[in-house]
Amino acid sequence: MKITDRKHLDQYRKEFLAHIDTQKKKVYVCGGTGCVAGGSMEIYDELKKLIEENGLNCDISLDSDACEGSIGLKKSGCHGFCEMGPVLRIEPSKLFYLKVKKEDCQEIVEKSIVDDDIVERLIYSRDGIQYPEQEEIPFYKHQTRLVLEDCGQIDAQSIKEYIAYGGYTSLEKSMFDMTKDEVINVITDSNLRGRGGAGFPAGRKWSQVKAQKSPVKYVVCNGDEGDPGAFMDRSIMEGDPHKMLEGMMIAGYASGATEGYIYVRAEYPLAVERLTNAINQARDIGLLGENILGSGFDFDIHIVKGAGAFVCGEGSALTTSIEGNRGMPRVKPPRTVEHGLYGKPTLLNNVETFANVPIIIDKGADWYKTIGPERSPGTKAFALTGNIVNTGLIEVPMGTTLRQVIYDIGGGIRGGKKFKAVQIGGPSGGCLTEEHLELPLDFDSLKKVGAMIGSGGLVVMDEDTCMVEVARFFMNFTQNESCGKCVPCREGTRRMLDILEKIVAGNGELSDLETLEQLADTVTATALCGLGKTAANPVKSTIKYFRDEYIEHIVEKKCRTGNCQALKTIYIDKGLCKGCSLCSRVCPVNAISGKVKEPFEIDPATCIKCGACIEKCKFNAIKEG
Amino acid sequence: MDHEKMSKTIDEIVARHGDRKPIVAILQDIQEEYRYLPKEALFYLADKIDTSIAKIYSVATFYENFSLEPKGKYVIKICDGTACHVRKSIPILNALRNKLSLSETQKTTPDGLFTVETVSCLGACGLAPVMTVNDKVYPAMTPESATALLEELK
Amino acid sequence: MSAINKPRTMIVNGRPVPIEGEKTLLDLIRKAGFDVPTLCHHSQLSTFGACRMCIVEDKKGGIIASCSTPPKAGMEIKTNTPRIREYRKMILELMLADHNRDCITCEKRRDCELLNQAQRFGVDTVRFETYSMDGTKDMSSPAIIRHPDKCILCGDCIRVCDEIQNVGAMDFVNRGSNMEVMPAFDMPIAETNCVNCGQCSAVCPTAAITIRSNLPELWEMLNDDNIIVQAQIAPAVRVALGDDFNFPYGTNVMGKIVAALRKLGFDEVYDTATSADLTVIEEAAEFVERLNSGEKLPLFTSCCPAWVKYAENKHPELMDNISSCKSPMEMFGSVLKEKAKKDAAGKKNNKIVKNIAIMPCTAKKYEIQREDLKMNGEQVVDLSITTHELATLIIESGLNFKDLQPEAVDMPFGIASGAGVIFGVTGGVTEAVIRNVVNPENRSELDEIAFTGVRGLEGVKEVKLPFGEERVLSIAIVNGLRNAENLIKAIQSGEAYYDFVEVMACQGGCIAGAGQPFVIGRARPERSEGMYNADKMSNVRTSQANPVTEALYNDLLSGDNAHRLLHYK
Repeated sequence: MKITDRKHLDQYRKEFLAHIDTQKKKVYVCGGTGCVAGGSMEIYDELKKLIEENGLNCDISLDSDACEGSIGLKKSGCHGFCEMGPVLRIEPSKLFYLKVKKEDCQEIVEKSIVDDDIVERLIYSRDGIQYPEQEEIPFYKHQTRLVLEDCGQIDAQSIKEYIAYGGYTSLEKSMFDMTKDEVINVITDSNLRGRGGAGFPAGRKWSQVKAQKSPVKYVVCNGDEGDPGAFMDRSIMEGDPHKMLEGMMIAGYASGATEGYIYVRAEYPLAVERLTNAINQARDIGLLGENILGSGFDFDIHIVKGAGAFVCGEGSALTTSIEGNRGMPRVKPPRTVEHGLYGKPTLLNNVETFANVPIIIDKGADWYKTIGPERSPGTKAFALTGNIVNTGLIEVPMGTTLRQVIYDIGGGIRGGKKFKAVQIGGPSGGCLTEEHLELPLDFDSLKKVGAMIGSGGLVVMDEDTCMVEVARFFMNFTQNESCGKCVPCREGTRRMLDILEKIVAGNGELSDLETLEQLADTVTATALCGLGKTAANPVKSTIKYFRDEYIEHIVEKKCRTGNCQALKTIYIDKGLCKGCSLCSRVCPVNAISGKVKEPFEIDPATCIKCGACIEKCKFNAIKEG
Repeated sequence: MDHEKMSKTIDEIVARHGDRKPIVAILQDIQEEYRYLPKEALFYLADKIDTSIAKIYSVATFYENFSLEPKGKYVIKICDGTACHVRKSIPILNALRNKLSLSETQKTTPDGLFTVETVSCLGACGLAPVMTVNDKVYPAMTPESATALLEELK
Repeated sequence: MSAINKPRTMIVNGRPVPIEGEKTLLDLIRKAGFDVPTLCHHSQLSTFGACRMCIVEDKKGGIIASCSTPPKAGMEIKTNTPRIREYRKMILELMLADHNRDCITCEKRRDCELLNQAQRFGVDTVRFETYSMDGTKDMSSPAIIRHPDKCILCGDCIRVCDEIQNVGAMDFVNRGSNMEVMPAFDMPIAETNCVNCGQCSAVCPTAAITIRSNLPELWEMLNDDNIIVQAQIAPAVRVALGDDFNFPYGTNVMGKIVAALRKLGFDEVYDTATSADLTVIEEAAEFVERLNSGEKLPLFTSCCPAWVKYAENKHPELMDNISSCKSPMEMFGSVLKEKAKKDAAGKKNNKIVKNIAIMPCTAKKYEIQREDLKMNGEQVVDLSITTHELATLIIESGLNFKDLQPEAVDMPFGIASGAGVIFGVTGGVTEAVIRNVVNPENRSELDEIAFTGVRGLEGVKEVKLPFGEERVLSIAIVNGLRNAENLIKAIQSGEAYYDFVEVMACQGGCIAGAGQPFVIGRARPERSEGMYNADKMSNVRTSQANPVTEALYNDLLSGDNAHRLLHYK
């Protein structure tokens, strides 16, 4: 079936909606990577079986004929609350079940699908309060889900549902009711800024590409979400692929491009599958291809899989990787808007940026600007991970404070520990500390304190986290992922890592700190690409805020958190030791000696800090510190 | 390797990729076919697409996902992204390596059954620590559950 | 003054500098008289921007790479601020930390760019541990030696090999701090498609790729009384050696070279331009024959060994089109060895004759070893040394080159035509052959063609030439193997037709061979002019008119001998 014009699309939209309306209940089983790993697809199959066994018609993806009173069973995108997965949602009651197992399905079907009851043990509860409805759960209540609105509440594999709920109306509106310049003006007026890192204004980029004379132009979507601890884009690609495709198509229309590429990380096989499916569906009904809806606009989209290189998230590395080369960034100018993919003008934005576009076109720039601060409006999705109570994917208005994110949504620090820092923006970002808890999270505020939103990873660290070790961890990542092209990044990151390793191993000298700062400064000032220029950020920000910890490691050879194995000392509390000799017998290096029934002693020079004695001691007399 | 069969396979793969012949995508397909990049196939490809073998080798060694040695039947990847790292993914890696007598340099067992490697963030941070076996994700692993899984796979 | 006429200027180190079409800040700053250090920049190659040594500071304290930033009117930059000096010093320290620092014994100590810059920026300590250097060298090639411990990963070799020569023998391997430059699968370079042009070593800022030196063997020969050491000097050598002794670019120092070689103990000294005359005669005859038969056209020249190897690797289908003539060096070697054999016939206790070719070229080191060029299983040219090696030889010997009185080459091969001399520059072979093919009465017409079509250092030139009553010959002259490849593609697709194609692998021809003092982008016009001046001064302008060639054809090359000695197939 091909949809050939606008009226035709509208007619289908009505049909699909009518079909959905026949569904008495809708069950959304989360089909995100997290829940799938937890067994959600088995749950899906089990539910389908049980629904049918109960004599109900099970309606999947609007592909069967409509049947009044049927149960819509859908694989949705990620709900963001991955830790509580597998999750499922039932409408219209908005019931939200967590940590569902296959064994629970029978009861779910009987109580909540056939009947209108609740399976209490599967709903969220906290501090003695139960939250049957998803939207009431504090984790969701404080969010503003715009880009992720449908993620989890729409069938991720059905273009029909997307269309039924108003999908592709923004594309329609752009192609038929607006000129290219009008589209770009709306994007420019909305102050939409690229969600991939530096926050470059999208409208300006779009108009620069449009201004290029070349007859061939490309739209490229950066889905190479390489920051460890970030999975916002993955969730969008998996959970609401059409929203992003629609954004790309609008960008294509406005800029004069006829071909689009999506570069997806190789580590995201499910995203590739969902996107491929979505593109095929769009092609099948004529929403991609030649003369879309009779508008005269041609556009098609291809998927390119990454092959495992973090640096390909950088624009010029990404385009050269699509061309099939080593993903090494090139010098600019010329910029990607003039000389991008295959040497042609290229409009490059990331997944989340494109997913914002249909919303802005639909609701207008003025409406969009009511969310968040004037200069960085809209929302931002963050991946909240680390030592926090609620890990998961969240979306909040730009300008929300760190405290709101960590405490209201995240539920505070795990295990009642004290908050120490948060690493924002992945390995190229920086850390924020207690003094920044009231800082609004937006591009400009973060830049002022030397951090960046990056793609939006938020790794929360508690008081037990060693900041020198954190810097070492990130530097290890960055130096491993350096493409090797320019000297400062290739050699500088390795030397910074060497020094950090030396410090956490207890061999640091004060002059190392000075060298480390010089290296960080040189790499930041002189590296070729954006990733290189930000590679030293974790070092710079940890030195800035936790210099005392560095000094402690270097001078006192001490790690206050006990994270740095080499700096631990194990000693015997003489008051508690009964002289049973168990410890000396278990010690693999014979570091413990003493007379039976008298307190034993550990020779720190021989001890390898394996901890075997600690486990063995029945009197808790052996301590670390 | 049967040269004729190999050349036919590569011809087909190259034909799939149109005029632009992007090396990365072609190598992905070759690896899909053989589970690694056989040297002979790369030399044949260089001739076929009129590119120097040095360039093909250069691309193949740039990306983490390409392997110039045959991989095991089960490719186990332990995520060492930030979230998994802070929730102790390295002990899992060590447990698997110990169990299979593998190391940083020796990644595949001599019987060709298992390959163990690390991978940067899989984006399943909520389930940390995670690992994958041939792309199937296993959540919330421990050294014990990981070694138990080996037995299951055998 | 109106806005339109106002000159566009920018400020460099506090002084205004007009922008006059410079593409990069680097060009503009150099024009303003300041040298900005670079380790990965060559104007002939694409911009890489990796060494970051060319950074400058703008008004706001921004750090910019000058090699890749276009000048903008009103821009203000400084090239030597304390910050920039510190960064450069740190970058050098980082490079040196990962570099084999045996500088005293390094073959590049006279002209190592890394060492120069370390001195210039006062790098006096390297704080970082040097990881184990594995010490391996790739000695497999007769032309070049790879020493990866000295590589700074600037990628110049990769770009010249790919962008100019379309060979791609090496590339980057791995990434990040594991990155290296090597052939695929770390094969020995001799087993790759390397054509031995040596341009990689010419652009290498360190000693990571050097030219194999044959001076130890040469010193042995020169000190052995039982050996007669013959020298033949290629045309391009005479206009380049002077660079190493502070002569102005392009000075013809042929006479001094001859004098130096005699003083060094060479027994006979000849000019390869003489045998180039033989090449011209043979190749012209072959060309006329093919024109008449209409077969195997276009005729491709065969005197560049890098081109011949390239064609063997990549275009075996063209081998029949390539001239069957040996290169002038090999022709001379064959003739001299034949003469020695003849002279020795019937005599006892003959001395061994060794022929030493002094060439602008590294591929000649490979060519002399080719099986198909051996006679009776033996090399006809025993050693091929480069211009740069000759300079080293002279320096090592302690000779005062500058003050030598010029001398002439030995008889009976003491005359070369101007046509033979211009072999050393792109278009030279073609011009020499044309002089032989075209009716001498059309001399004025010839000169016109020479100056409008054949001469000049462009990568690709085309000329049309009337031949006989109605025919017009179509001739192409290319240098750089990528240019050659494009031309071949055009010919094979039917887009272009040529009767004769001259191919030289190095840009500008032999004057810019990798054995010459380093030239990429420099000195080529001067050397070219030096060649044409020599031609102009010559009494004999066509090869046929050279009395030496005439004598040879009547004697050594009579009958079948010409083909046996002067052709390789």
